[in-house]
Amino acid sequence: MLKKIIFQFLALSLIFTYSAQSAESGGMPQLNPEFWISQIFWLVLTFGLLFIILSKFILPKISNNLETRKSQILENIETADKQREETEKKVKEFDKIINDTKVEAKNFFNSERQKVLDDINNKRLSLEKDIEKEIIKAEEEIDQLKKTSQEKVTKIAIETSSDLVKQLIGEDINKSSLSAIVEDLSKKEMEKHNGI
Amino acid sequence: MAANPMYQFNVYRIGPEIKINNIDISFTNASLFMVISSLAILIIFNLGTKRSIIPNKIQLLSELSYSFISKMISDTAGSKAKPYFSFIFSLFMFVLFCNMFGMIPYSFTVTSHIIVTFVLAAFIFIGVTIIGFIKHGLGYLKLFVPSGVPMVLLPLIVVIEIISYLSRPISLSVRLFANMMAGHTMMKVFGGFVVSLGIVGGWLPLGFSVALTGLEILVAFLQAYVFAILTCIYLNDALNLHH
Repeated sequence: MLKKIIFQFLALSLIFTYSAQSAESGGMPQLNPEFWISQIFWLVLTFGLLFIILSKFILPKISNNLETRKSQILENIETADKQREETEKKVKEFDKIINDTKVEAKNFFNSERQKVLDDINNKRLSLEKDIEKEIIKAEEEIDQLKKTSQEKVTKIAIETSSDLVKQLIGEDINKSSLSAIVEDLSKKEMEKHNGI
Repeated sequence: MAANPMYQFNVYRIGPEIKINNIDISFTNASLFMVISSLAILIIFNLGTKRSIIPNKIQLLSELSYSFISKMISDTAGSKAKPYFSFIFSLFMFVLFCNMFGMIPYSFTVTSHIIVTFVLAAFIFIGVTIIGFIKHGLGYLKLFVPSGVPMVLLPLIVVIEIISYLSRPISLSVRLFANMMAGHTMMKVFGGFVVSLGIVGGWLPLGFSVALTGLEILVAFLQAYVFAILTCIYLNDALNLHH
């Protein structure tokens, strides 16, 4: 089968090269000068028109387009750069403002707190002074009261004891000796009371 | 079956015969494809001139080809070649579109005709020579005298340089023409094999044909590029005299 195909191929190619060679005896149509003038004429006409139209109308437009695009891109890049710089500046400003405000707020907070603390301290101090004064006054009063109360108590004790004696015995006794006895007793009692 | 692979290069008249002073300038299939290519270039690049900052696809295409050719010219011929930009752009696009339209089956390849490529190459050659003489006067003839050549060899070298300079239009035109013709002939031959070998043996030449189509599209672009870049190099010789 394969042999048959190869044989067929070879035979046919032989036939065809032969026929092609025989056909070529007619020559190349390119070398037939019959239409040379016509081809030159139409070539000059079409190529000339093509050249004129391209160079006068189309190519300037394309180059113009390319240039405008180039310049526009450059311009856009420039403006973009400018805007970026501006943005960076603004961001910096913004940061600065925020920092400043933070510091200010801290300072304000600190000073206010100090003020409040001072105020509280002052008030407390004055209050403490007042309290001390009051305490001292109270102590003095208490002291006075103690002194007066002892005397009064001894007086009362003397009077009641003299009254008691009068009712018991029916006659007055020497007041001075009575008071000496009462004072002596009350002193003993006081010493006992004070734990000395 | 048009078995003759050269049949595709035939030029025939479309419409009436037009004659001016007994010279035949009738509209032919070659003229038709020149017109189609030029119109396609104009339409595509005109659609690419919309003034929008973000380009659409066609605009992107035209702007990319603009910068591609602009870069090619500035790389090979320097900044002095800027005034010739539109000519080289039109040349590249014309050759490219003619080559590419030739890749459509049953179409005609304008650049597969030596007369077309030769007229283009001769125009470039004459133009470059005139530019060289305008820029440098008779000093342009120094191009044929390379520096640092021993006096004994100088006559020989000058002759060789002159021959190589004069053969530029021929090499330029034959390169494009031969490439296009050879490629299309090969495709036709392989296409003929596919038909004649039929369903049994036709797959191999069909594969070749497919591969050749890809190759030919590459060649179509490459030859347009080579044509344009050689023009730039010749222009460079004329603008910046190095020798």
